[in-house]
Order: sequence, then structure tokens, then C-alpha cells
Amino acid sequence: MPEAPAPLAGVRLPGAALRRRWPPPLLLAAAVAGPLIVVLPVGEILLEVARIGPAEAVRLLWRPLVAELLVNTIGLVIAATLSAALVGTAAAWLVERTDLPGRRFFAVAAAVPLAVPPFISSYAWLSISPALEGFLGALVVVTSSYFPLVYLPVAASLRGMDPALEETARSLGQGASGSFLRVVLPQLRPALLGGMLLVALNVLVEFGAFALLRFRTFTTELYAEYRTGFNGPAEALLALILLLLCLICLFAELRIRGLARYARIGAGVRRPVTLLSLGRARLPVFALFVLLVLAALGLPLGMILYWLTRHGSAAVTPVAVSLEGLVEATFSSVWLGFAGAALTVVLALPLGLLATRYPGRLVTLLERSAYLGQGVPGIVIALAFITITIRTVQPLYQTAATLIVAYAILFLPLALVSVRAALMQAERRLEEIGRSLGLGWFNVTRRIVLPLAGPGLGAAAALVFVSIVTELTATLLLAPIGTNTLAMQIWADTSTLAFAAAAPYAAMMVLLSLFSTWLLARRFGATRLFQQ
Amino acid sequence: MSHSSMPDRRPGRRLFLSATLAAVAGAGLARKAGAASPLTLYSGQHAQTVALVTGLFTKETGIPVRVHSGDGPEIANQIVAEGARSPADVFFTENSPDLVLLAEKGLLAPVDPATLAKIPPRFSAADGLWVGVLARENVLAYNPSLIQESALPASLLDFAEPQWKGKIAIAPTDSDFLPLVAAVAALKGEAATLTWLKGLKRDAALYQDDEGVVAAVNRGAVATGVINSYYWARLGVEVGPEKMESRLYHFPPGDVGGLVNISGAAVLKSSRHPEEAQRFLALLVSPPAQEMLAKSEVDFEYPLAEGVAANPVLKPFSELRPPQISVASLGDNRLAAKLLREAGLI
Repeated sequence: MPEAPAPLAGVRLPGAALRRRWPPPLLLAAAVAGPLIVVLPVGEILLEVARIGPAEAVRLLWRPLVAELLVNTIGLVIAATLSAALVGTAAAWLVERTDLPGRRFFAVAAAVPLAVPPFISSYAWLSISPALEGFLGALVVVTSSYFPLVYLPVAASLRGMDPALEETARSLGQGASGSFLRVVLPQLRPALLGGMLLVALNVLVEFGAFALLRFRTFTTELYAEYRTGFNGPAEALLALILLLLCLICLFAELRIRGLARYARIGAGVRRPVTLLSLGRARLPVFALFVLLVLAALGLPLGMILYWLTRHGSAAVTPVAVSLEGLVEATFSSVWLGFAGAALTVVLALPLGLLATRYPGRLVTLLERSAYLGQGVPGIVIALAFITITIRTVQPLYQTAATLIVAYAILFLPLALVSVRAALMQAERRLEEIGRSLGLGWFNVTRRIVLPLAGPGLGAAAALVFVSIVTELTATLLLAPIGTNTLAMQIWADTSTLAFAAAAPYAAMMVLLSLFSTWLLARRFGATRLFQQ
Repeated sequence: MSHSSMPDRRPGRRLFLSATLAAVAGAGLARKAGAASPLTLYSGQHAQTVALVTGLFTKETGIPVRVHSGDGPEIANQIVAEGARSPADVFFTENSPDLVLLAEKGLLAPVDPATLAKIPPRFSAADGLWVGVLARENVLAYNPSLIQESALPASLLDFAEPQWKGKIAIAPTDSDFLPLVAAVAALKGEAATLTWLKGLKRDAALYQDDEGVVAAVNRGAVATGVINSYYWARLGVEVGPEKMESRLYHFPPGDVGGLVNISGAAVLKSSRHPEEAQRFLALLVSPPAQEMLAKSEVDFEYPLAEGVAANPVLKPFSELRPPQISVASLGDNRLAAKLLREAGLI
């Protein structure tokens, strides 16, 4: 974790006297904007639910369907979390602790699947064999898409761990597995649990992949309710259950993230790790790892390429893909991505400034409510926004502005983590010098803090950009009339099984996503980037 | 994190700046797009079909068309929610119940009599609030390697019997399934329909849409599936006739399973371009547009304009023997959606 340079003990710096306990009102007002819009859809759902009478609520909740959805959703969450934990931890341990051939390559390759959204992977799997529908297919797709969420923190944690303990365990007669289970695993717990909860959260809010794989969860059901005609109460109740499930995961994750921070304090001086020799297992393990990368990355990319080449041959969709359509969809995705990234970073900035410069109880509350966005599924935000804009703020109905605000809610947490880290890093003493030379907080921020934090803010914007370009659910429901993005077109084609037609759009999306990610990774280091 | 780990801070800033600039430029460009006043089409029809007709319309009139697509019931309910402030000029959908709903809510303007005259009156609203454009036949797709034609049931209602468990596929959330439920309710009553749906809930493999159902039958994942013949014909074009492992079974004359769905269009009362909207409807039923669709190998629907031949891959329209249900008695989809929810299918 970035640490602010501590002032020298006993020396009172000039800036310290100028530091106020209360933040400037303007900054505070700007910082409230982010959390406020995050709370908006949640409030709308609660209002909607409050309108349902208790008897009606019981009737709606006591349907066999709700039980079926709970079993499906929770079953898949548990299975996917466990399998992602297994795959992610094994991958991290192999990369960080053994003499696996090609470790450096695998270290990156195990992180990259995050750049391919699950609805693209499910398209790839489904177009190989439609038999992959249902629970098993959903598990395969979700695991191959999300295991990096476990891999990255666990790998980072392994790297930060003092190898002396493992070595001691081994010298005391523990084998590789014994030292792993008794010494390494307990230390990995915060990273592992944090990663697992992130997987759970992502599985809960995933929509596109499950819809394509014909696996019914709360998100696909909400969409089904929506497409067969609005049914306010039933929808709101299902949304509330989903929201509660998400919030449970989110709060658990926030707690563990807090713990992880403490766990890292005082890591001490580390020695380089002695890599464990895999011996005869070296080749089979290597083959398994290759298989994993092929499944998570090779398959989606390969299938897109395959369908690209099929285009123009017999098995094409009835309507030819026009270059014009592709350019238009790319342009829409890119400009929405830029606009959304700009708004999100602008909302995150005052929050980050508050959190790093004026910590306090109120500020913590504001920051926490911004993180809430991570636990609100895109489909819930979209449905709430449709209701709000139709009923209350009609001029915003079906405008790009509404969609961009929805993006900001979804990705504010992502931006906030980067923005906060970047602001933390900006040398505090330079600010204090600025203050002592007579600049107000606004000018200090503009002329000193922002230029210092620039790269971090750029990273935040780029991360949000990638997330928006690959976002499906909110885009699908909120896009203004006549707007067609890459995600929307891929959805329209894949959900009607027109795989070849989807290929150019999917290729463009994956290219955009991989390119931005590569750019970021080159600048900021792959693991650090993904950890955020 | 320390400063030394950040080798070069300038590119990051440039990235951020260019992101902001591009966002502003993008917003500006998006605003510019309102030069010629476009017609706004809310569509519950297939994107490919809509692309063909809007292309023809713009070519003939020079009026651009903005399309908002979705499932018919979804779009219809959206227009209801939007009310008089709906930006829609025209609604073009796959199934008549969506139009009936809007007519009931008083949201539609009368269609030009000249447009209505192009189509046999039984396919349009009696009060002239919407016009029928195309039709699709409801059928059963079956895989001969899994089931003999002679074993297929005499009625759609038989699939609620336990012996069909695991042998039938349906797409209950597809906009084509709702009219079928409405038809059963109109013929057999609400209670019998609910029993039938509960039987289906037990027996049927559920798919997202008809495309999924027909693909599943074709590859042998399930023996039979309820679809519109449209999807079977389209799959044939996509995978090639040599890969069609499935066949179509037409329900016996008069059975509810042989329902013919009417796709139609209407002009919104709140339209700000009523004249252009009426021109669009006139184009939809005009022989050139209907012939284009019938010959397109994209849209396997029966053209309803008189004298236009359907795609030969379809069973001739004159040979269809659908159940005796008028578009009026089929009504809107609200009862159907309610029954599907009660049966746990939605």
C-alpha cells in the first residue's frame, strides 16, 4: 500500500498548521456527487419494494421460481468461487514458487483473461458446442474468465511473503504440500478470500454469459421479466434479493481488504525465493498450464478468428456485416467509453482528495457509499434508471447522459482505487510548500496535486474505458435510440446464434480491450494494474 | 508504491488528457447528428428485416430512420410507460397482441385507409388502428433420429402429458410464445391454460428464444420444439440444407398449435411526424417491399399483401389451417404473461 511520507518527528512543518480539520465546502459538495448517484438506483428499488403490500410481497417471494433462482445462483456462486480459487491459487503458486518453464509468460497470460468479457467467452464456447449450455457451461466460462481475480492477489501475496518461514518448515521435515498447507496457505488467506469474494460478486452480477448459456439466475430472470413487459413489483423484489446477495459479498470483501492491509505491515526484509523443482511433474504441469491459457484466452480469440474467416462462406448470417456498421458501432463504444471514463474520474477525484487529505468519519462514509456501486448489478441500475427517467426526469430519458451516469455508478469504485492511490503518492511536502507560498486548496490541487497524480488518473480513466467498452447489460437497456455499440451488436447476433455475424464486432471489442490493457500493463506493470 | 516505480509520468497524463478531449469531441459529434429530421421506429421485429425495409424507405424518401429495437412486448410496454411523451413515430412488431395493447391504451392513430386496403381486413385491426404486414406459422420442429413423425401428438396441448418429459423444448420468454398462451387461454379458458403451462414447466427444456429451440432440435439435444416456421427456414440458410437434421410438423387443422401470428405496424398518436409515419406504413404493405422481403432469404414470413408469393421454402399460405381465433379475441399479452409467471416459466 502506498504510504504518505511521515513528517519528521518533533518538527512541525509549515503545512501542518494550514491543514484544516474540515474540508473546503466546495470540495465536499463535489465529493458528495459520486455517492449520491450511486445511492439513487438503490433508493429507487427500495421505494418500489416499499409500495408492495406485505401479503403481495410474500406471494411474490414464495413462488417456486424464486427458490429455483436462489438454488441456481447460489449453487453457481459457490462452485465458481471454489473452482476459481483452486485454479487461481495453483496458477499463482506455480508461477511464483516453482521452476515451471515459461513462468514469466504465464505470469502475464494468467492475468489477461480479465480483458475478455465472459459474454465473449461464452459465445466462443457455445459456438464450439451448444451442449455446453446450463450449469456446467456456466461454471466453465465463469471459472476461465474470473480465476485471474484470485490469481492476481494470491500471486502478489506470495511475492510479498517472507520465504524464510517456508524454508524453515521444509527444513523441519515438511514436504512441499505440507509447507504449503501449514505455512503458506494461512498467510494467503486475506488475498485468497478477497479474490474469492470478488469472483462471487462478479458471478452474481454477470448477465450476458448466463443468458447465452441458458442458465437461469436472478440477472437473466430480471431481463426476462423486462422483455415480457414491465412488471414493477415482481421485478423490484427480485432486484432486491440480488442486491442483498451482492452487498453481503461486497461487505465481506471490504472487511477482508481491510484485514489484508494490516497483514502486510511489517513484512520485513525479504530474501529471494528458492524455486521448488517440479521434477518429473514439470512437463505435465506445464501442459496443464498451457491448457488453462488455451481455455481462458486461446479459445475465445481462436473462435473469433475462426468465425471471421467463415464470413463470406456458406455459413454466414442472412445479413452481411457492413464495414459502415462496424465503424459506427466502434465509434459509439469508444466515445461512450471516453465520456464515461471522464465522468467517472471527475467524480472520483474529489472523493479521492477528501479521503487522502481530509480523512474523517464523514469522508469514510462517503467513500464507502461510492464502493457500493460495485455491489449494484448493471441490470438493477438500468431498470431503476428507466423508471426514474420515465417518471421523473423525462428530458434525460433515453439519452446518452443517463447511460454515462450508469457507467459512472458501475465503475466509480474501480476509478476510486486508482485515483486514491495516485493521490496518496503525490508528494505531500510539495503541496505544503505551495500552501506556504500562499496558494489556496484549489490552486494547490490544480497546479501541484493533479500534475503529480496525472499518470495514476490516466490509469484510472483507461481502466474505466476498458470496462465500459466491454459492458453489456446497462448498455443494452439504456442506450439511446439509434445508438449501436459493439457489445449491443455482439449480443444481438450471438443471442440469435448468428456467430459469424458477431465475429467482426467481437474481434474489434477484444482488440480494443487487449490493446488498452496492454498499454496500461506496459506503463504500470501487469500485476499491479490488475490488482486494482 | 514509490516514485521510482513509475518510469515516465508524461504518457499517463497525455493518455488522460486525450481521453478527456476525445470525450468532448465525441459528445459534440453526437449532437451534430440531428441534421435531417429522422423518423423514429420502435421495433419488435427482427433486426435484419427492419434493416431491409428502413433501407428501402430511406432510399425512396430520403428520410433517415432511427431504430430502437427490442422484444415486441418489451417495446410495447415501454411505449405504454412513455405515454404521450414517447419519441416513437412508428411501432413495427412481430405479434398482434403488442399492437392490441397499444390500441387499448389509446396510443395509436388510425392507419391511412389506402394502406389498410392493401391487406385482407382479417389481418388488421377492425377499427383500423394498426395494419397487418407479415405472418408466421407456429409449428413443431422435430428430429427424426429421436422421434417418428407418427409419434407426434395431435395437439399442442398434449405436451403437458408426463410422457413428454424431456422431449419438448420451448422458449417461454420469446415474444412468439406469449400469443400461443393467449390463444390457448382464448380457446380453453384460464384454468386449463395454467394446468397446461404447469405441465410444460415440468416437461420442457427452456430456451431463451426460438433460435435456441430450433438449433437444439436440429443437433439432437431434444426431440421436439415449439417454434415459428420462420426460425427453421432461417437455420437452413445459416447452416446449409445438408446440415438440417430436423423437420417440420404442422399441427392438424384447427389445433391451437397451428396458430398464425400476425406481424403488424401502427402510427403513434403522439408522433411528431405523422405524415412520414403513414408513408412508412404504406411502404411496408407495398408490393415492392413485400416482394423484397419474400425473396430476401432473410425474412421467412408470409407477405400479407394480396398477390405477393411467399418464399417457396414455406408451406403455401392457402394450405394453412390455423385455429379459429381473430386478432381481436387473441387480445393483448397481459393474461398470457400473468399465467406464465404463475406457472413459473418466467
